[in-house]
Amino acid sequence: MSGTTIEISKARLPDITVAEPAAPGYWKTVGQRLLRDPVTIGVSLVLFSIIFISVFAPLVSTGDPYTGGVLRRLKPIGTPGHWLGTDEGGRDLWTRLCYGGRMSLLAGILPVTFALTIGGLLGVIAGYAGGVVNTLIMRTMDVFYAFPSILLAIAICGLLGSGITNSILALSIVFIPPLVRISETVTTQARQLDFVEAARASGTTTMQVIRYHVLANVLGPIMVYATSLISVSMILSAGLSFLGLGVTPPQPEWGLMLNALRQAIYVQPYVAALPGLMIFLTSMCFNLMSDGFRSAMDVKLNK
Amino acid sequence: MLLFAARRLVQAIPILLGVSLVVFGLVHIVPGNPIDMLLPPEASPEIIAQMKAAFGFDKPLYMQYLLWLRNALIGDFGLSVFNASPVLPQLLTALSNTLILALGGATLGFFLGVSTGLIASSYHGKWPDKLFSAIATMGVSLPHYWCAMVLVLIFAVFHDWLPAQGMGDDNVPLYARLEHIVLPVVTLSLIPMGVIGRLVRATVLEIRGQEFVGALTAKGLPRWPVIRHICKNAAPPVLALMGLQFGYLLGGSILVETVFNWPGSGSMLNLAIFRRDVPVLQATILILATFFVLLNLLVDIAQAAIDPRIRR
Repeated sequence: MSGTTIEISKARLPDITVAEPAAPGYWKTVGQRLLRDPVTIGVSLVLFSIIFISVFAPLVSTGDPYTGGVLRRLKPIGTPGHWLGTDEGGRDLWTRLCYGGRMSLLAGILPVTFALTIGGLLGVIAGYAGGVVNTLIMRTMDVFYAFPSILLAIAICGLLGSGITNSILALSIVFIPPLVRISETVTTQARQLDFVEAARASGTTTMQVIRYHVLANVLGPIMVYATSLISVSMILSAGLSFLGLGVTPPQPEWGLMLNALRQAIYVQPYVAALPGLMIFLTSMCFNLMSDGFRSAMDVKLNK
Repeated sequence: MLLFAARRLVQAIPILLGVSLVVFGLVHIVPGNPIDMLLPPEASPEIIAQMKAAFGFDKPLYMQYLLWLRNALIGDFGLSVFNASPVLPQLLTALSNTLILALGGATLGFFLGVSTGLIASSYHGKWPDKLFSAIATMGVSLPHYWCAMVLVLIFAVFHDWLPAQGMGDDNVPLYARLEHIVLPVVTLSLIPMGVIGRLVRATVLEIRGQEFVGALTAKGLPRWPVIRHICKNAAPPVLALMGLQFGYLLGGSILVETVFNWPGSGSMLNLAIFRRDVPVLQATILILATFFVLLNLLVDIAQAAIDPRIRR
């Protein structure tokens, strides 16, 4: 039963191995390596600015995201008072982009957070318990793994009806199986490490072993993987809104804005492409950050 | 080898059963009856009962599931609730349209991915490596619906080189309207290119670091036979990922199909969702997921054919 799927997991998941506990100061080494990596610092700054303008949208934007005017429809980039132009309703695009970031970031990050909590928990349980529990959890995940992620997200979201809550719910369900798999793999590896065996042999309770020995070792790789999933999640959640399955108008959200402006592509091509550029930029930053963390945390590279 | 293939086939059956349960469950967990969506609110109870009986919604759930499964096995997906015509022919047309895009996108994407990955790995650490790795990362993080829009902008809005939408005139043979395929195929190829490129680079680098490569070179084997050995060792994981990616192209082209108004399975799914067309929805999701499972099965078998160590 397991055969088919083990190969899938190898193919999809990055090659993550649990590091043997390094000399004291592992996280310090990681931090130093990150500081020496200009790309990671750069993308972190970009990401920080995107989050900043979204959180402080009322301060940095130049107007109200909902008020427009027919006379001000589809102004080009550089119009006085609307430096990024206006959308199909005459609303200021810069303001809409700032406010839109709130929903887009939320809809991108929350599903991964939920999936990380649920999937991580299930994976650690499956990996630590083994036996029947493992089989039960992992075979159920196999079934969900049999759907291409976009298809599953669209199916769930489409059936539950559009709305930001349903979109977050659908994406959480989609991201649980990969996170269960990766945490199961790393937990199984960690459980077999000598010092974990030693702790168990010397009578440490299961909860303590999991908390101090297993979790401390597996959380890093799982978090790195989750960061790279945020990139996918941003694209998918904006994609759901793009299809009309996520956020409902007139809420500003990048995917929805992109779809609305799609009709204006012949009138204001550059303005129409801007919301998509934001999705792309954010998604790439999360991807590059995940790469940076991964290589900073990879003990093998040191040798 | 045959035994291995047969065993894999048997192992896929419970997964497929699980998939069918999920598809059926998804549709029936949802609040709201599909019949209520079709009939006006003032419809009499008799008519509602009649419609329910006609579509089989009056039976208990497990009976509905078993009946649906039995009919699905013989290719009967029932009638579309929306236009009361059989689901299967519509689905086959849509699927073949999607298949055109997926095959094109996969071929182009795999070719570009493997070549950029190989180039990057052979210039490890130098500028071509950095350039191609950057391109691959961009390919992975690209929202393809946006990329589709940008391509339309460049090739259809700024320059009138390629058509922006649709499949062209149905009466003209397909090879005469290839220009309709170019933009969607290029869009679809970008993600596989990035994903495969990254994996090829990482795998080749890892294999090159292994001792047997050094031993082969030390024995005096020329450059190309060594590369052949490396490629053969790198093939199984790359092949597995290709299978997955092709599955994603088939099942996930819904967004790109929307942008290009391509009458494929994605558009069909999209319409079925908005029309609450339960038989069409169930059939489309089931078929696409089944494709995905079978594809993985094929990849497993192909991997085992290349690498005997996998045949356990």
